[in-house]
Amino acid sequence: MTTDTTAQGTAPDATAPGTTVLDARGVTMRFGGLTAVRGVDLTVGSGEIVGLIGPNGAGKTTFFNCLTGLYVPTEGEVRYKGAVLPPKSFKVTAAGIARTFQNIRLFANMTVLENVLVGRHTRTKEGFWSAVLRGPGFHKAEAASRTRAMELLDFVGLADKADHLARNLPYGEQRKLEIARALASEPGLLLLDEPTAGMNPQETRATEELVFAIRDMGIAILVIEHDMRFIFNLCDRVAVLVQGEKLIEGDSATVQGDERVIAAYLGEPFEGDPGAEEAAEVAQAEAHAAGTRAETATTKDTGTATDTATDTATGSTGATGDDATPGKENHR
Amino acid sequence: MTTQTTAPETPSTPTTGAPATGLIALPEHIGRALATAGALLTIAATFLAWTWTADFPGDLTVYGYPGGLQVLVLIGGALTTLFALSSYGVKGLGWLAPAGADAGVKLAALATFATAWYTVIAISVELGGVVNLEPGGYVVAATTLATLLGALALPFRRPAPDPIDPDSTGWEQFRHRLGHGWDTAKAVFAADAPRPVRALPSYAEILIIVAIMALGLTVFTYGIGTPYDELFVGFLIMAGFGFAALNKAGLIAHASQITARHQNLSICGAFLAAALFPFTQTDDKYATLGVYILIFATVALGLNIVVGLAGLLDLGYVAFLGVGAYAAALVSGSPNSPFDVHFPFWAAVLVGGAASLVFGVLIGAPTLRLRGDYLAIVTLGFGEIFRITANNLDGTSGPDLTNGSNGIASIPNLDVLGFDFGAQHDMGGFTIGRFANYFFLMLLITAVVVLVFRRSGNSRIGRAWVAIREDETAALAMGINGFRVKLIAFAVGASLAGLAGTVQAHVTYTVTPEQYLFAGAVPPNSAFLLAAVVLGGMGTIAGPLIGAALLFLIPNKLQFLGNYQLFAFGLALILLMRFRPEGIVPNRRRQLEFHEEADAPAALGKTGA
Repeated sequence: MTTDTTAQGTAPDATAPGTTVLDARGVTMRFGGLTAVRGVDLTVGSGEIVGLIGPNGAGKTTFFNCLTGLYVPTEGEVRYKGAVLPPKSFKVTAAGIARTFQNIRLFANMTVLENVLVGRHTRTKEGFWSAVLRGPGFHKAEAASRTRAMELLDFVGLADKADHLARNLPYGEQRKLEIARALASEPGLLLLDEPTAGMNPQETRATEELVFAIRDMGIAILVIEHDMRFIFNLCDRVAVLVQGEKLIEGDSATVQGDERVIAAYLGEPFEGDPGAEEAAEVAQAEAHAAGTRAETATTKDTGTATDTATDTATGSTGATGDDATPGKENHR
Repeated sequence: MTTQTTAPETPSTPTTGAPATGLIALPEHIGRALATAGALLTIAATFLAWTWTADFPGDLTVYGYPGGLQVLVLIGGALTTLFALSSYGVKGLGWLAPAGADAGVKLAALATFATAWYTVIAISVELGGVVNLEPGGYVVAATTLATLLGALALPFRRPAPDPIDPDSTGWEQFRHRLGHGWDTAKAVFAADAPRPVRALPSYAEILIIVAIMALGLTVFTYGIGTPYDELFVGFLIMAGFGFAALNKAGLIAHASQITARHQNLSICGAFLAAALFPFTQTDDKYATLGVYILIFATVALGLNIVVGLAGLLDLGYVAFLGVGAYAAALVSGSPNSPFDVHFPFWAAVLVGGAASLVFGVLIGAPTLRLRGDYLAIVTLGFGEIFRITANNLDGTSGPDLTNGSNGIASIPNLDVLGFDFGAQHDMGGFTIGRFANYFFLMLLITAVVVLVFRRSGNSRIGRAWVAIREDETAALAMGINGFRVKLIAFAVGASLAGLAGTVQAHVTYTVTPEQYLFAGAVPPNSAFLLAAVVLGGMGTIAGPLIGAALLFLIPNKLQFLGNYQLFAFGLALILLMRFRPEGIVPNRRRQLEFHEEADAPAALGKTGA
């Protein structure tokens, strides 16, 4: 258990396989009355690739932001290698968690190499005076940073574009550059927020290989994605987040087979919906026609849906869902 | 003219099939010949008398000896001739126009025309009528007009007009036509991308750099030494259009490529050229301007770290100059200073820099948590607070420190190692006066600021500044301590301004609160400092220096504008921001940022070809 937060060196953490890198317990994030993430537990072991999926608005990115210090969770705590994470995002990065962004956030007017060098910021120490005086230490550190940055660019396949401006790269390469930039901070855990969004199948496959290669460097990975094929190919474990709560966690087969997950993605009528009565009638008719087994399934599903409806109501108005769900906090 | 409405699906690409024609309906060879002949005749015309009386400044009455504005027209004529000959493909002149000579001919002809006609009109207006013109005046007006017409007959690639929507109203159609007219006007002076520089032997490149620096020094010295308004206006016209001509011909691009290859050498050369400036002056009159420009420019360069690199809009920057100046004044042994001490210069510099540093950190620590416009407003407030505080620390409204609005007067001249800055010195036959002495000292401070700017900009901390400017959230997620890095930028900028302030206190003899306004007619003030940075080019070294020189010289030379100075300044600022938002000396990054749409087709064209 290396509890020091100053991870040094590349692929640094020769943590024994099986140890927990990230341990989030009961993470809850409220924005005013809206609870975006509610009591989520998640662990990532070393050398593991964990997927986080869920429909739009399920709170995946909010949960990510809680992990990276952009938000401070309202309740719960996040531990990285045993130490509670500091509440500032730059300190989290220094501790060893790097991330990419859902909507690419490169430094558009800096060159590709400069982008990666910025990622090296936490692993270098040269301050203002060192930059002005330019002692031998400065040149050494700068050269080392450049070498490392070029290695990383080589790793993601952008070495020949080191001098291009980041904004001029095609979309897929911008994603790669973001990953290279994140790797430059020598993380023990890499968080990828929709790394294949907007990619074509070939690019997605290339990204898949890249993620495996990163895992082989000894870096644990937590990835948010909507591309199911990508996620089930890639991940050792997958957690499903629905309406801010963790629905299920397990390997690909378990998650794929779970009908609540399918329901969450495909959606279904819920109480309070304008057409709910008609839908219920139709469902009932269908249930009668199909027989008893189907009937039970429908009732179970509507049960989940009721919770969902309440959550939304709590967030927006807090008035409509009252009679539908007794014992919920929106009664205040 | 050729009104091809073909290819509406690719409106922006110039139609290559149609024959390129000139703006004036003359055959190309006649136009070219007319331009060349006109330029040669213009040169000849500058040796004639343009007016009969010496009442018009510069004495344009002498035959065979061009004076004042005639010299400018002569230079313009020579430039036009060279470009025209180069466009004929004369051997040995090809290097003049790496991007094609036609645009150069057009702009040089325009420069000559504008200067000559300005002169002729100024003579007529000031002396009361065209009767005051000698034949030479008519001749030069005719030859420059002929040159311009000939140059405009040179072919260019017309932009195809966008198809007109028949449903649009008259006003929309009018605007549409106006827009097309504007596109055409731009296309007249457009040039191709310059061909890359051939690899030259280093000694040749160094000679070229020396030549560039010498040219720069000459132009600057000429501008600063213009004794009367008309000559300065003529100089501005000539320099502006002449620079545009060189730029369009591709010479500027070549020059910047060559200087970029030998960066350190170029910077040393620029400093050497600047150091030679006092030797070109016979008295201290223009050295005064030189030292004030240098103070202004140095402070602007310090502000460029804060604004250009770290992207923090600071509207109260002049306060740091004031803190440095006050600190130096307080320890200078001035009778108005409550402290009865007289520090040596090196200690005063340290005190000034340190005081500004402390002040910068004190202001920065609470305000840098704000972003964007809010930061600008708060810094503006703190700048004013400094001035008002200095006004009130006079012993009646507050403790006696700054002597209130009277300021700290009779600051003694510096004396470093027995070298008295207040006295004249003779150096190798040149007399170096008081202001020239301070000019050299200030040049040293400028060198320090340039060094700090270059070295910090190209390092871990500089990259962190740019990253913060580009995207603060992403920068934080990359492990950059945003607040700390911004505070460093703020503090560095403040202490550099403080260094300049220590010299300023001694140059001006007196330090008063009214020297450090937010906006005023006399630079340096916060608004002008920011304008110098933005006009010159954010994030560059040369930009703020050139911007500051222009912003100081133009109000100083154009006294006749009087109360309209600030109005003219605002107008110039709007025009420049409209047509060249990246500033006079564009930063590589900024240029791409502002001309995204212009770059895209070029890149597409490359891949297509």
